[in-house]
Amino acid sequence: MVRKSYGDPVAEDLRYVVKAIIGEENFVEMYPNRSNNFCCGGGGGFLQSGFPDQRREYGRIKAEQILATGAKYCITPCHNCHAQVHDLSDVRNHPWETVHIWTLLCLSLGILGPNERAYLGEDLKDVDVFHPESSNF
Amino acid sequence: MAEQAIKLGGKKQSTFIDKVKEMLPEGGNLNLCLTCGACSSGCPATGLEGMDPRKFLRMAALGMDEEITSTPWSWMCSMCQRCIYVCPMKINIPQLVYFARQSWPRDKRPKGILGSCDIALRNDTCSAMGATEEDFQFVVEDVLEEYQEAQPEFAKMLAPVNKKNVTYYLNQNSREPVTEPDEMVPLWKILHLVGADWTYGTKGWAAENYCMFMADDDGWRKIVETKAKAVEDLGCKVWLNTE
Repeated sequence: MVRKSYGDPVAEDLRYVVKAIIGEENFVEMYPNRSNNFCCGGGGGFLQSGFPDQRREYGRIKAEQILATGAKYCITPCHNCHAQVHDLSDVRNHPWETVHIWTLLCLSLGILGPNERAYLGEDLKDVDVFHPESSNF
Repeated sequence: MAEQAIKLGGKKQSTFIDKVKEMLPEGGNLNLCLTCGACSSGCPATGLEGMDPRKFLRMAALGMDEEITSTPWSWMCSMCQRCIYVCPMKINIPQLVYFARQSWPRDKRPKGILGSCDIALRNDTCSAMGATEEDFQFVVEDVLEEYQEAQPEFAKMLAPVNKKNVTYYLNQNSREPVTEPDEMVPLWKILHLVGADWTYGTKGWAAENYCMFMADDDGWRKIVETKAKAVEDLGCKVWLNTE
Protein backbone atom coordinates (compact mmCIF):
# COMPACT_ATOMS: atom_id res chain seq x y z
CA MET A 1 0.00 0.00 0.00
CA VAL A 2 2.85 2.39 0.80
CA ARG A 3 5.38 1.74 -1.96
CA LYS A 4 3.04 0.50 -4.64
CA SER A 5 0.06 2.83 -4.44
CA TYR A 6 -0.39 5.66 -1.95
CA GLY A 7 3.23 6.49 -1.15
CA ASP A 8 4.86 7.65 2.08
CA PRO A 9 2.08 10.07 3.17
CA VAL A 10 -0.22 7.12 3.88
CA ALA A 11 2.54 5.61 6.03
CA GLU A 12 2.42 8.79 8.13
CA ASP A 13 -1.35 8.44 8.51
CA LEU A 14 -0.89 4.89 9.77
CA ARG A 15 1.78 6.01 12.23
CA TYR A 16 -0.68 8.57 13.58
CA VAL A 17 -3.25 5.82 14.12
CA VAL A 18 -0.83 3.37 15.71
CA LYS A 19 0.64 6.00 18.05
CA ALA A 20 -2.85 7.11 19.07
CA ILE A 21 -3.71 3.52 19.96
CA ILE A 22 -0.62 2.39 21.83
CA GLY A 23 0.91 5.67 22.99
CA GLU A 24 3.80 7.37 21.28
CA GLU A 25 6.27 6.04 23.85
CA ASN A 26 5.39 2.46 22.90
CA PHE A 27 5.93 2.90 19.17
CA VAL A 28 9.21 1.55 17.85
CA GLU A 29 10.23 2.35 14.28
CA MET A 30 11.94 -0.32 12.21
CA TYR A 31 14.73 0.48 9.75
CA PRO A 32 14.66 0.94 6.89
CA ASN A 33 11.04 2.07 6.77
CA ARG A 34 8.34 3.61 4.63
CA SER A 35 9.05 3.09 0.92
CA ASN A 36 12.55 1.86 1.73
CA ASN A 37 11.22 -0.98 3.83
CA PHE A 38 11.58 -4.62 2.86
CA CYS A 39 8.74 -6.92 1.90
CA CYS A 40 8.13 -9.74 4.41
CA GLY A 41 7.73 -12.33 1.66
CA GLY A 42 4.16 -13.38 2.31
CA GLY A 43 2.73 -11.72 -0.78
CA GLY A 44 2.72 -12.41 -4.48
CA GLY A 45 1.52 -15.95 -3.82
CA PHE A 46 4.74 -16.97 -2.02
CA LEU A 47 2.79 -18.42 0.95
CA GLN A 48 0.90 -20.77 -1.34
CA SER A 49 3.66 -21.54 -3.84
CA GLY A 50 5.06 -24.56 -2.03
CA PHE A 51 8.55 -23.21 -1.29
CA PRO A 52 8.51 -22.80 2.51
CA ASP A 53 12.31 -22.91 2.99
CA GLN A 54 12.91 -20.26 0.36
CA ARG A 55 10.03 -18.18 1.73
CA ARG A 56 11.54 -18.21 5.20
CA GLU A 57 14.96 -17.36 3.82
CA TYR A 58 13.37 -14.44 1.95
CA GLY A 59 11.78 -13.36 5.24
CA ARG A 60 15.05 -13.44 7.17
CA ILE A 61 15.65 -9.73 6.48
CA LYS A 62 12.19 -8.86 7.82
CA ALA A 63 12.70 -11.06 10.88
CA GLU A 64 16.02 -9.36 11.63
CA GLN A 65 14.43 -5.93 11.21
CA ILE A 66 11.74 -6.87 13.74
CA LEU A 67 14.20 -8.41 16.19
CA ALA A 68 16.39 -5.30 16.00
CA THR A 69 13.50 -3.18 17.28
CA GLY A 70 13.22 -5.31 20.41
CA ALA A 71 9.46 -4.81 20.17
CA LYS A 72 7.10 -7.39 21.63
CA TYR A 73 4.42 -6.83 18.99
CA CYS A 74 4.53 -6.44 15.23
CA ILE A 75 1.45 -4.96 13.54
CA THR A 76 0.79 -6.31 10.06
CA PRO A 77 -1.51 -4.70 7.49
CA CYS A 78 -2.93 -7.70 5.62
CA HIS A 79 -3.43 -11.45 5.79
CA ASN A 80 -0.42 -12.34 3.69
CA CYS A 81 1.85 -10.26 5.92
CA HIS A 82 0.16 -11.58 9.05
CA ALA A 83 0.61 -15.23 8.09
CA GLN A 84 4.23 -14.75 7.00
CA VAL A 85 5.38 -12.57 9.93
CA HIS A 86 3.60 -14.92 12.36
CA ASP A 87 5.40 -17.89 10.80
CA LEU A 88 8.76 -16.08 10.89
CA SER A 89 8.24 -15.65 14.62
CA ASP A 90 7.12 -19.25 15.16
CA VAL A 91 10.23 -20.73 13.54
CA ARG A 92 12.33 -18.62 15.94
CA ASN A 93 10.62 -19.77 19.14
CA HIS A 94 8.09 -16.94 18.99
CA PRO A 95 10.13 -13.87 20.05
CA TRP A 96 7.34 -11.49 19.02
CA GLU A 97 3.54 -11.45 18.62
CA THR A 98 1.92 -10.62 15.28
CA VAL A 99 -1.32 -8.64 15.38
CA HIS A 100 -3.89 -6.95 13.19
CA ILE A 101 -4.43 -3.26 13.89
CA TRP A 102 -8.14 -3.83 14.64
CA THR A 103 -7.20 -5.95 17.64
CA LEU A 104 -5.12 -3.21 19.23
CA LEU A 105 -7.65 -0.52 18.34
CA CYS A 106 -10.44 -2.40 20.14
CA LEU A 107 -8.13 -3.23 23.06
CA SER A 108 -7.33 0.46 23.48
CA LEU A 109 -11.05 1.27 23.44
CA GLY A 110 -11.73 -1.34 26.13
CA ILE A 111 -14.09 -3.31 23.90
CA LEU A 112 -11.98 -6.36 23.06
CA GLY A 113 -13.73 -9.50 24.28
CA PRO A 114 -12.12 -12.74 25.45
CA ASN A 115 -12.55 -14.54 22.12
CA GLU A 116 -11.03 -11.77 20.03
CA ARG A 117 -7.53 -12.19 21.46
CA ALA A 118 -6.10 -15.08 19.45
CA TYR A 119 -3.00 -13.10 18.53
CA LEU A 120 -2.30 -11.28 21.78
CA GLY A 121 0.60 -12.50 23.93
CA GLU A 122 0.33 -13.60 27.54
CA ASP A 123 1.13 -10.04 28.69
CA LEU A 124 -2.06 -8.63 27.14
CA LYS A 125 -4.36 -11.68 27.07
CA ASP A 126 -6.02 -10.76 30.34
CA VAL A 127 -5.74 -6.98 30.16
CA ASP A 128 -9.02 -5.07 30.27
CA VAL A 129 -11.13 -7.95 28.95
CA PHE A 130 -14.54 -6.82 27.71
CA HIS A 131 -17.27 -9.14 29.05
CA PRO A 132 -14.90 -11.87 30.26
CA GLU A 133 -17.92 -14.06 31.03
CA SER A 134 -18.60 -14.36 27.28
CA SER A 135 -15.59 -16.61 26.79
CA ASN A 136 -16.34 -19.90 25.09
CA PHE A 137 -13.53 -21.62 26.90
CA MET B 1 28.48 -15.81 -7.62
CA ALA B 2 27.54 -18.53 -10.04
CA GLU B 3 29.73 -21.59 -9.87
CA GLN B 4 29.98 -21.89 -13.60
CA ALA B 5 30.21 -19.27 -16.27
CA ILE B 6 26.99 -18.88 -18.22
CA LYS B 7 27.43 -19.91 -21.85
CA LEU B 8 25.55 -18.02 -24.49
CA GLY B 9 24.34 -19.34 -27.83
CA GLY B 10 25.89 -18.03 -31.06
CA LYS B 11 23.05 -15.80 -32.14
CA LYS B 12 20.52 -13.76 -30.30
CA GLN B 13 17.31 -15.69 -30.28
CA SER B 14 15.31 -13.76 -27.75
CA THR B 15 11.65 -13.28 -28.13
CA PHE B 16 10.54 -13.26 -24.51
CA ILE B 17 11.91 -9.89 -23.45
CA ASP B 18 10.79 -8.31 -26.73
CA LYS B 19 7.25 -9.58 -26.23
CA VAL B 20 7.22 -8.21 -22.70
CA LYS B 21 8.50 -4.82 -23.89
CA GLU B 22 5.64 -4.59 -26.38
CA MET B 23 3.15 -5.03 -23.56
CA LEU B 24 4.55 -2.45 -21.15
CA PRO B 25 4.33 1.34 -21.19
CA GLU B 26 7.75 2.67 -22.19
CA GLY B 27 8.72 -0.96 -22.79
CA GLY B 28 8.99 -1.29 -19.02
CA ASN B 29 12.35 0.44 -19.48
CA LEU B 30 13.71 -3.07 -19.84
CA ASN B 31 16.56 -2.01 -22.13
CA LEU B 32 17.76 0.81 -19.90
CA CYS B 33 19.60 -1.26 -17.29
CA LEU B 34 22.87 0.28 -16.09
CA THR B 35 23.80 -3.02 -14.38
CA CYS B 36 24.38 -1.12 -11.12
CA GLY B 37 22.83 -3.85 -8.98
CA ALA B 38 20.80 -1.59 -6.69
CA CYS B 39 17.84 -3.88 -7.38
CA SER B 40 19.66 -7.01 -6.26
CA SER B 41 21.31 -5.49 -3.21
CA GLY B 42 17.90 -4.56 -1.80
CA CYS B 43 15.93 -7.62 -2.86
CA PRO B 44 15.10 -10.22 -0.20
CA ALA B 45 14.86 -12.85 -2.96
CA THR B 46 18.48 -12.30 -4.01
CA GLY B 47 20.36 -15.59 -3.80
CA LEU B 48 17.35 -17.86 -3.90
CA GLU B 49 17.75 -20.41 -6.70
CA GLY B 50 21.04 -18.73 -7.58
CA MET B 51 19.06 -15.81 -8.96
CA ASP B 52 18.58 -12.12 -8.31
CA PRO B 53 16.71 -9.31 -10.09
CA ARG B 54 19.71 -7.98 -12.01
CA LYS B 55 20.72 -11.44 -13.13
CA PHE B 56 17.14 -12.20 -14.14
CA LEU B 57 16.95 -9.06 -16.26
CA ARG B 58 20.40 -9.57 -17.79
CA MET B 59 19.58 -13.15 -18.70
CA ALA B 60 16.38 -11.98 -20.34
CA ALA B 61 18.29 -9.29 -22.23
CA LEU B 62 20.81 -11.91 -23.38
CA GLY B 63 18.01 -14.02 -24.80
CA MET B 64 18.23 -16.84 -22.30
CA ASP B 65 14.52 -17.46 -22.62
CA GLU B 66 14.48 -21.06 -21.52
CA GLU B 67 16.24 -20.31 -18.25
CA ILE B 68 14.10 -17.24 -17.59
CA THR B 69 10.82 -18.97 -18.22
CA SER B 70 11.64 -22.13 -16.28
CA THR B 71 13.31 -20.89 -13.08
CA PRO B 72 11.11 -21.37 -10.01
CA TRP B 73 12.56 -18.05 -8.81
CA SER B 74 9.67 -16.39 -10.64
CA TRP B 75 7.46 -17.76 -7.87
CA MET B 76 9.81 -16.46 -5.15
CA CYS B 77 9.57 -12.81 -6.17
CA SER B 78 6.75 -11.24 -4.15
CA MET B 79 6.37 -8.40 -6.69
CA CYS B 80 7.03 -5.90 -3.88
CA GLN B 81 8.56 -3.46 -6.39
CA ARG B 82 11.42 -2.37 -4.17
CA CYS B 83 13.69 -2.98 -7.16
CA ILE B 84 11.75 -0.43 -9.21
CA TYR B 85 11.78 2.02 -6.31
CA VAL B 86 15.58 2.01 -6.05
CA CYS B 87 16.31 1.67 -9.77
CA PRO B 88 17.76 4.84 -11.35
CA MET B 89 16.05 3.88 -14.60
CA LYS B 90 12.78 2.67 -13.03
CA ILE B 91 12.96 -0.69 -14.77
CA ASN B 92 9.89 -2.85 -14.26
CA ILE B 93 11.49 -6.16 -13.30
CA PRO B 94 8.43 -7.45 -11.40
CA GLN B 95 6.38 -7.19 -14.56
CA LEU B 96 9.02 -9.22 -16.36
CA VAL B 97 8.69 -11.80 -13.59
CA TYR B 98 4.93 -11.72 -14.00
CA PHE B 99 5.20 -12.59 -17.67
CA ALA B 100 7.76 -15.29 -16.88
CA ARG B 101 5.13 -16.82 -14.57
CA GLN B 102 2.62 -16.56 -17.35
CA SER B 103 4.89 -18.52 -19.69
CA TRP B 104 4.51 -21.59 -17.45
CA PRO B 105 1.88 -24.09 -18.64
CA ARG B 106 -1.12 -23.45 -16.42
CA ASP B 107 -1.10 -26.93 -14.90
CA LYS B 108 2.60 -26.68 -14.03
CA ARG B 109 2.22 -23.52 -11.94
CA PRO B 110 2.41 -24.01 -8.15
CA LYS B 111 -0.42 -26.24 -7.00
CA GLY B 112 -1.32 -24.11 -3.98
CA ILE B 113 -1.85 -20.99 -6.05
CA LEU B 114 -3.51 -22.87 -8.91
CA GLY B 115 -5.95 -24.61 -6.59
CA SER B 116 -6.92 -21.40 -4.83
CA CYS B 117 -7.42 -19.59 -8.14
CA ASP B 118 -9.56 -22.38 -9.57
CA ILE B 119 -11.73 -22.66 -6.45
CA ALA B 120 -12.27 -18.88 -6.47
CA LEU B 121 -13.43 -19.06 -10.08
CA ARG B 122 -16.07 -21.64 -9.20
CA ASN B 123 -18.64 -19.31 -7.69
CA ASP B 124 -19.56 -15.67 -7.36
CA THR B 125 -18.23 -15.31 -3.82
CA CYS B 126 -14.66 -15.42 -5.27
CA SER B 127 -13.65 -17.32 -2.12
CA ALA B 128 -10.38 -19.21 -2.56
CA MET B 129 -11.50 -21.47 0.28
CA GLY B 130 -14.70 -22.37 -1.53
CA ALA B 131 -17.07 -20.73 0.95
CA THR B 132 -20.47 -20.24 -0.67
CA GLU B 133 -22.89 -17.32 -0.47
CA GLU B 134 -25.01 -19.26 2.04
CA ASP B 135 -21.97 -20.25 4.15
CA PHE B 136 -20.84 -16.66 4.42
CA GLN B 137 -24.22 -15.16 5.25
CA PHE B 138 -24.86 -17.87 7.85
CA VAL B 139 -21.52 -17.34 9.62
CA VAL B 140 -21.85 -13.54 9.67
CA GLU B 141 -25.40 -13.63 11.04
CA ASP B 142 -24.62 -16.37 13.53
CA VAL B 143 -21.54 -14.61 14.93
CA LEU B 144 -23.31 -11.24 15.03
CA GLU B 145 -26.23 -12.65 16.99
CA GLU B 146 -23.87 -14.28 19.45
CA TYR B 147 -22.05 -11.00 20.11
CA GLN B 148 -25.20 -8.90 20.29
CA GLU B 149 -26.33 -11.11 23.16
CA ALA B 150 -23.02 -11.67 24.92
CA GLN B 151 -21.90 -8.04 24.84
CA PRO B 152 -25.03 -5.90 25.40
CA GLU B 153 -23.25 -2.61 24.64
CA PHE B 154 -23.18 -3.95 21.08
CA ALA B 155 -26.77 -5.19 21.00
CA LYS B 156 -27.47 -2.72 18.20
CA MET B 157 -24.29 -3.47 16.25
CA LEU B 158 -24.99 -4.62 12.69
CA ALA B 159 -23.10 -6.62 10.11
CA PRO B 160 -25.41 -6.14 7.14
CA VAL B 161 -25.34 -8.43 4.14
CA ASN B 162 -26.57 -7.15 0.77
CA LYS B 163 -27.77 -3.83 2.16
CA LYS B 164 -28.36 -1.47 -0.74
CA ASN B 165 -27.15 2.08 -1.37
CA VAL B 166 -24.83 2.31 1.60
CA THR B 167 -21.49 4.09 1.58
CA TYR B 168 -19.07 1.20 2.11
CA TYR B 169 -18.96 -2.27 0.62
CA LEU B 170 -16.56 -4.29 2.79
CA ASN B 171 -14.56 -7.28 1.58
CA GLN B 172 -13.52 -10.04 3.93
CA ASN B 173 -10.63 -12.47 3.57
CA SER B 174 -11.99 -16.04 3.53
CA ARG B 175 -9.73 -16.97 6.39
CA GLU B 176 -11.99 -15.30 8.97
CA PRO B 177 -15.44 -16.65 8.16
CA VAL B 178 -13.99 -20.09 7.43
CA THR B 179 -11.41 -20.61 10.19
CA GLU B 180 -11.52 -17.82 12.80
CA PRO B 181 -14.90 -16.02 12.71
CA ASP B 182 -14.32 -14.15 16.00
CA GLU B 183 -11.61 -12.18 14.21
CA MET B 184 -14.30 -10.43 12.13
CA VAL B 185 -15.80 -8.82 15.20
CA PRO B 186 -13.25 -6.13 16.15
CA LEU B 187 -13.66 -4.50 12.75
CA TRP B 188 -17.47 -4.60 13.07
CA LYS B 189 -17.17 -2.89 16.43
CA ILE B 190 -14.98 -0.13 15.02
CA LEU B 191 -17.38 0.44 12.11
CA HIS B 192 -20.31 0.49 14.54
CA LEU B 193 -18.68 3.00 16.87
CA VAL B 194 -17.78 5.43 14.10
CA GLY B 195 -21.29 5.13 12.65
CA ALA B 196 -20.14 3.83 9.28
CA ASP B 197 -22.88 2.89 6.84
CA TRP B 198 -21.54 -0.36 5.41
CA THR B 199 -22.43 -3.78 4.10
CA TYR B 200 -21.01 -7.12 3.08
CA GLY B 201 -22.34 -8.76 -0.07
CA THR B 202 -23.03 -12.43 -0.65
CA LYS B 203 -21.45 -12.00 -4.07
CA GLY B 204 -17.81 -11.02 -4.38
CA TRP B 205 -17.19 -10.77 -0.64
CA ALA B 206 -13.88 -12.65 -0.59
CA ALA B 207 -10.97 -10.23 -0.56
CA GLU B 208 -8.26 -12.53 -1.90
CA ASN B 209 -7.34 -12.96 -5.58
CA TYR B 210 -4.97 -15.85 -6.26
CA CYS B 211 -5.54 -15.68 -10.00
CA MET B 212 -3.49 -12.48 -9.92
CA PHE B 213 -0.60 -14.33 -8.27
CA MET B 214 -1.06 -17.11 -10.84
CA ALA B 215 -0.53 -14.58 -13.64
CA ASP B 216 -3.84 -15.81 -15.02
CA ASP B 217 -5.10 -12.63 -16.70
CA ASP B 218 -8.53 -14.00 -17.59
CA GLY B 219 -9.13 -15.41 -14.12
CA TRP B 220 -7.81 -12.24 -12.48
CA ARG B 221 -10.10 -10.10 -14.61
CA LYS B 222 -13.11 -12.32 -13.98
CA ILE B 223 -12.62 -12.09 -10.22
CA VAL B 224 -12.14 -8.32 -10.21
CA GLU B 225 -15.17 -7.85 -12.46
CA THR B 226 -17.33 -10.12 -10.30
CA LYS B 227 -16.39 -8.13 -7.21
CA ALA B 228 -16.82 -4.74 -8.88
CA LYS B 229 -20.24 -5.78 -10.17
CA ALA B 230 -21.27 -6.84 -6.66
CA VAL B 231 -20.34 -3.40 -5.34
CA GLU B 232 -22.17 -1.64 -8.18
CA ASP B 233 -25.28 -3.83 -7.99
CA LEU B 234 -25.69 -2.87 -4.35
CA GLY B 235 -25.18 0.79 -5.19
CA CYS B 236 -22.30 1.26 -2.76
CA LYS B 237 -20.04 4.29 -3.10
CA VAL B 238 -16.76 2.94 -1.72
CA TRP B 239 -15.26 -0.53 -2.04
CA LEU B 240 -13.22 -1.25 1.08
CA ASN B 241 -10.75 -4.05 0.54
CA THR B 242 -8.98 -5.19 3.70
CA GLU B 243 -6.25 -6.98 1.74
